[in-house]
Amino acid sequence: MIAASSPMRAAAVLASFFQGEHNSLHPAGPFSSNIEWLYWVIFWIVFVAFVLTILAFARASAKTYSRAEEMLPIMKDEEGDRKAKWAVGTAITVTVLTLFAVLFMSVITGKKVEGMTSSNPVTIQITGHQWWWEVIYPNPQADQTVITANEIHIPVGKPVVILTSSADVIHSFWAPSVHGKRDLIPGYSSAFWIQVDQPGTYPGRCAEFCGLQHAHMGFSIIAEDEATFEAWEQQQLKPAPDPTDAEAQHGREVFLTHTCVMCHTIRGTDAGSRVGPDLTHLASRNMIAAETLPNTTGALAGWIVDPQRIKPGNKMTPNPLAPDDLNALVTYLRTLQ
Amino acid sequence: MAISEPIVLPHATDEVRLARTWAQPRGFWGWFMNVHHTAIGVRFMVTSFIFFLLGGVLAAMIRLQLSRPENHAIGPDLYNQIFTIHGSTMIFLFAVPMMFQGFGVYVVPLICGTRNIAFPRLNAFSYYIYVVGGLLLWVGLFLKTGADAGWFAYTPLSGPQFTPGKRSDFWAQMITFTEVSALGVAICLATTILRQRAPGMTLNRMPIILWEKLVLSFMVIFAMPAVMVVSSMLLMDRTINTQFFNPANGGDVLLYQHLFWFFGHPEVYIIFLPGAAIVSTLVPVFARRHIFGHLAIVTSVVATGFLGFGVWVHHMFATGIPQMSASFFTAATLMIVLPTAVQFYCWIATIWNGRLQMKLPMLWVFGFFFVFLIGGLSGVMLASVPVDWQVHDTFFVVAHFHYVLIGGALFPMFAGLYYWVPKITGRMMNDLLGKVHFWLFFIGFNMTFFTMHFLGLRGMPRRVYTYPPEMHWGGLNMLASVGALFMAAGLIVFIVNFFQSKARGTLAGPNPWAAGSLEWATSSPPPDYNFTELFTVNGREPLWDNAPNQPIVSGVRDDIPEVLITNSLDSEPQHKDEMPGASIWPFLTSITVSIAFIWSIFSPWGIAYGAIPVVITLIGWLWPRGHSPAPRQPALEGRWSK
Repeated sequence: MIAASSPMRAAAVLASFFQGEHNSLHPAGPFSSNIEWLYWVIFWIVFVAFVLTILAFARASAKTYSRAEEMLPIMKDEEGDRKAKWAVGTAITVTVLTLFAVLFMSVITGKKVEGMTSSNPVTIQITGHQWWWEVIYPNPQADQTVITANEIHIPVGKPVVILTSSADVIHSFWAPSVHGKRDLIPGYSSAFWIQVDQPGTYPGRCAEFCGLQHAHMGFSIIAEDEATFEAWEQQQLKPAPDPTDAEAQHGREVFLTHTCVMCHTIRGTDAGSRVGPDLTHLASRNMIAAETLPNTTGALAGWIVDPQRIKPGNKMTPNPLAPDDLNALVTYLRTLQ
Repeated sequence: MAISEPIVLPHATDEVRLARTWAQPRGFWGWFMNVHHTAIGVRFMVTSFIFFLLGGVLAAMIRLQLSRPENHAIGPDLYNQIFTIHGSTMIFLFAVPMMFQGFGVYVVPLICGTRNIAFPRLNAFSYYIYVVGGLLLWVGLFLKTGADAGWFAYTPLSGPQFTPGKRSDFWAQMITFTEVSALGVAICLATTILRQRAPGMTLNRMPIILWEKLVLSFMVIFAMPAVMVVSSMLLMDRTINTQFFNPANGGDVLLYQHLFWFFGHPEVYIIFLPGAAIVSTLVPVFARRHIFGHLAIVTSVVATGFLGFGVWVHHMFATGIPQMSASFFTAATLMIVLPTAVQFYCWIATIWNGRLQMKLPMLWVFGFFFVFLIGGLSGVMLASVPVDWQVHDTFFVVAHFHYVLIGGALFPMFAGLYYWVPKITGRMMNDLLGKVHFWLFFIGFNMTFFTMHFLGLRGMPRRVYTYPPEMHWGGLNMLASVGALFMAAGLIVFIVNFFQSKARGTLAGPNPWAAGSLEWATSSPPPDYNFTELFTVNGREPLWDNAPNQPIVSGVRDDIPEVLITNSLDSEPQHKDEMPGASIWPFLTSITVSIAFIWSIFSPWGIAYGAIPVVITLIGWLWPRGHSPAPRQPALEGRWSK
């Protein structure tokens, strides 16, 4: 299986072990790089401890190894034990000092990671749902509040505050190249900082077991420059445009006359339920179903017809629409830029 | 350490009379009446080993499902049941019953040099109640109501809103069963160790394995109630609408985590300390000398017992605990490294100044050194709050705790089995098959679990039933799955080895390893009365240290099942006590208690009505049957060296 047919294939498999952006050792911001630094420091400390201990076992075994079949008589080596007392005492002292060093560096790094200040930062409220992420950019004015799902846009190089909460069970928000994880706990709210210094898309996943579709609960953090971010925000604030062509208009009718409206919001229409993700700007997202499928016409149609096949157990019911209705609905949803 | 005045034997002990007095009933019903600790201990071992194999089958299914991205071999519903029951089985039905109850019940009375465990009927009851708890969980799985909220069953996911049906109730009640069992055995073992040690086995001379079982018994007594309380609160939330863990009505889901981990972390040490104790027992035997640093090791074991209760929050670093309070638990977690490090240094020093004989049990001890060392050191990494934020709930943690638990319990368990099976069956295990078993298991284990460190750092969360190919986790997962095949092959070799040794192995004789503790002073397997003559003890390793004319205990009657009770500190003889004999009542009581517990899953009235038969069987159990007319004053005269 792993023994590949050719060395090339083996090399490819080996290389794949180290690929991917969803990686706590590929930091993209100050928090994850502080943690990565600490990780490597402690790693090298324990690596040295491991090598020294194994060498001590090897030396002790080589020194006193006996091949005798019969069990040997009991021996006593008082001189040896006196020396061993010193050796063990020294080893314990070194261990204590090393543990203090680890504690010190850990606390210092923890302070660095938590002790961030910034005036007027972008603030994002993340609410965990089974099995998707509600993303809200709160604003005192209701019509200035951006509501989206699963894709979190942030300005690059700026500290951002994440407020957490959960609508049902415990989830955990984790984008390893951005920061460590933080649980979203029903009944508790908490806040922490994130910051990304390189523009790009950083994947994240739910890290606390949350039921049937814990495996398909992804999100992404999209870091972009200030201007792009603000343009995106302005676009998100707009209500959905009225469809112009007949098919999209029919699609909107389908949306509003079927079960879709029971759960979803499309601002600018009568659909206003907050049970499922807000679809006002669905077409502006790269992925659907919490990063499970690409946001393409085919995937969207497949998802609408039978979401239970793709994400068994998720809260969206199957929608056996007539082909014309389905095509119209997807056409309409694709206009929601 | 010379004997000042040997005791004169008033009369020789009559083996035939002892055998008649202590005989356990045979036959079908006899099996349910047996209360001797060797029988119950072996049952704990065999039953928990069967649960280990069942849990291993589930592990293989997990590895099958995860071997490829977007694999459809197992759906999410079944997968969640599988990993929940894998974890619950390995912790509650295998690790603790094997390492604490199995080894403890079998070896402790033998090492104490006494004829049976204290409260033997409670001990037998603890076995049956454990079996019912295990069956409950597994019957649930086969009835498609397997628990599916994880072995930790966090609320609110495990609560009535998000897990309707009976799945979490089966899990919660399994906890009650197994913890009642562990508590019962803890009381039996602590009492045996404190009051039934051979004269002369003062606290100062008490073997490390007895110290460890004593510390462990107290840990069980303090830790298990927390989980029984929390699983009962969960059950009440689910059956009688209490709202302990419902945030909508003022309940607190974090309270669950605190109570669960207040049990859950000591639990880790309840699993690891028996392993360490087996290592501390085997290293001197195979280094042919007394252990180096007896006092340091004992202190470490006691310290672990205390510190183990102060680290639970490191399971909750990602919940948003303030930095200051989290740092306290980082410090406590790093501190608990120290006692374990001390034990490692003492083991190295023992081998360094001994003569190492690399027999089969010692090979497994070396496997423990390597594997547990890696697990312990990755634990140092996890103790740090910021690092934990990254690797918590990922496969890095899965790798860490398999290194700790398989390293700290399973490797010592196999060391202990290869060491004590000759005592239990009277026959040696095959050396070559044992080595094949070791290398298959060792290589497979490292292949499976070392790989998982990389998966975790590369961002693979735990408890996912599948993963997308874009994550590039496929290759490492395949490697891990192939490793599982090696481990399975190793286990098959072990089982073959066990049965062929039981049938045809060379006879072991009383003391095949020329070891120093008292269980080797009787025949293999030991008779129902354990020892023909009761020993006195002159040092930490009685069979190495005793004088040629070491006195034996006299005056303990052989026509009634009598044991000598000594005091806790100096093990001076105090009086004699008549042991309860075989009885069907512990079994019947376990049945009535089980009915009440299981009934309570379906109706809160189960506890009320179910209590009636429980009381009836308890009356039967405790019904006074009169005592033998034996005098109960101290029977011994003479002195032991101190």
